[in-house]
Amino acid sequence: MTLVFTKLWKRSLAAAALLVLPLGAMAGVLPDDRADALYHRYEGGGVTIQGPSILVRKKMAEKYAVSANYYQDMITSASIDVEVSGASEYKEERDQYSLGFEYLRGKTTYTLNYTNSEENDYEASTASFGISQDLFGDLTTITMGFSRGWDKVRNSTDPTFEEEIDRWNYRVGVTQILTKSLITYFNYEVITDEGFLNNPYRSYRYVNPTDSRLFVLEQEIYPRTRTSNAAALNARYFLPYRAALYGGYRFFTDTWGIRADTFELGYVHPVKQQWTLEARVRYYQQDHADFYADLFDRQNQQNFLARDKELSTFNSIAIRLGASYEFVPNGWRFVKKGSLNLFYDRLEFKYDDFRDARFSRLPTDDPNFRPAGTEPLYEFGANVIQAFVSIWF
Amino acid sequence: MSMSKWIRPAGRIAALCGALIVSSLVSASNVSKPAPSFTLPSRAGDTVSLEQLKGKVVMLNFWASWCGPCRTEMPLLDQMHKRYSSLGFTLLGVNVEANTQDAERYLKDTPVSFPVLFDRDSKVSKLYDVSAMPSTVFIDRKGNIRYLHKGYKPGDEGEYLNQIRALLKE
Amino acid sequence: MTEAIAVKAMLAIALLCGLSACGNIEPWVKPYERQQLADPIMAADPHPISSAYMDHVFEAREGARGALGSGGGGCGCN
Repeated sequence: MTLVFTKLWKRSLAAAALLVLPLGAMAGVLPDDRADALYHRYEGGGVTIQGPSILVRKKMAEKYAVSANYYQDMITSASIDVEVSGASEYKEERDQYSLGFEYLRGKTTYTLNYTNSEENDYEASTASFGISQDLFGDLTTITMGFSRGWDKVRNSTDPTFEEEIDRWNYRVGVTQILTKSLITYFNYEVITDEGFLNNPYRSYRYVNPTDSRLFVLEQEIYPRTRTSNAAALNARYFLPYRAALYGGYRFFTDTWGIRADTFELGYVHPVKQQWTLEARVRYYQQDHADFYADLFDRQNQQNFLARDKELSTFNSIAIRLGASYEFVPNGWRFVKKGSLNLFYDRLEFKYDDFRDARFSRLPTDDPNFRPAGTEPLYEFGANVIQAFVSIWF
Repeated sequence: MSMSKWIRPAGRIAALCGALIVSSLVSASNVSKPAPSFTLPSRAGDTVSLEQLKGKVVMLNFWASWCGPCRTEMPLLDQMHKRYSSLGFTLLGVNVEANTQDAERYLKDTPVSFPVLFDRDSKVSKLYDVSAMPSTVFIDRKGNIRYLHKGYKPGDEGEYLNQIRALLKE
Repeated sequence: MTEAIAVKAMLAIALLCGLSACGNIEPWVKPYERQQLADPIMAADPHPISSAYMDHVFEAREGARGALGSGGGGCGCN
């Protein structure tokens, strides 16, 4: 029996599927042909997710380009959500396929994308359309995009259960070259979801009426719609000794009451002819959703109740170190350029109003037992490794 | 939300697409005025000035090693120079990079037979009002600019050959 | 309501495009001055296969989503 506790994760994967293929093609010139093969591995919080990702893109007559991506997650999860529900570790596999087309005409690039992902209890499809236009002597690029998504949510413990989600994305972006060495990016995106938006396996908890030290689990009740707004400003600066500094800020708000800020700062440093090193820091913080609580006083205390830690108040820091090595710098047969890349990210999540409920599930005479509502706040760290090879042909 | 609610925004998006399609730029234009004279150092070590080449058909190609379409164009330009240089035609590659290291490295891998000049301080680029990369200027035997091409797309070389032949006939 | 905001934003961008068709703002960074911007280390998204993966790693674990695109810059050729 497999149980999946990461539905928000799946749904976000589906919504973010359109990001698998680069939408922002440079108008005027299509990006070079390339093929990438990636191995990814996430380990932390009792969860291990690993798998391959393959990306190929090819252009024809400098006018058309096709790209395709295959991505797979192999999941082994004994996360805190799994443990608190009393379930055992589960294994699962998710496959995702994407296909994209680009058409360049003068200074305009038109993009079409389709992505489909499947696992045993979740299916998602996304279709996207985008336009990118160069203006003002190619110093300004405007991009616009629209996506439509359709998800099917199932429950592996209940074969009669099937619900749907409809998604709409509207995106607008402006890239502006300010000086010979400075380029800025502004992006604004509105996303609307409609349908069964919670995870069928997840629960909220309320104080046990017969013993206030304990809690009772009950299925979450979420609103059937969610609309979010995100606006981000990023910049990239060329340092005179040949290095790059980049950074940005994203503002997020939605109809569930979540407010989030994302800050990022990175540095790219080429060494000798063939090596490039990169370091990056990302800080994220968010305020909880209106209907979120770690522990409710009683059952059905409100119309909507959630205990997903993704909706809680928390912050996270991600630190990255990356190295790229350019092999065949002078080409080899049909390969113009190739690179070997290794990225390591360390993630640390700290929750301000999500508690480690494993402590209140212990027997009450256990020295580590803590009454519900007084457990330590949860936090975890994760290691993310990406090893990939890219060739340009 | 019903389907009809999306028709208005979809219609607006379609109108916007139309507006974007309309604002594409023209890639070539015809002008006729005296070509500004200049003198630049060449890769061979000497200096080349436009004055010396009066009486010949001159094709100025502004390029850079970091420019994809420029690199695509290079072998075709080399063929053109080899084919017509004995008939009174010469191609001058004007490299616009402030630092010529990358250009030298590129030319070592992809040698060309035509003279390559270095416009390190962008004097000539400004003189010729270069507004796209690559830019190709055709100068007739009298020293007038006759054709100007902005950018390069596969197939443009056909037009170049026609214009070279037309100017050689004069 | 946010849908109305999104549509208004797009109409504003359309206006901007219309402006580019008539007005001629001289580019203050000339095409032959774009050497640094065309350098691979200045690419907005040099490893799309990696950025797509990391974007979803975060989006799956956070409440925020969106506004992650990037495009433009580079050599400005053609």
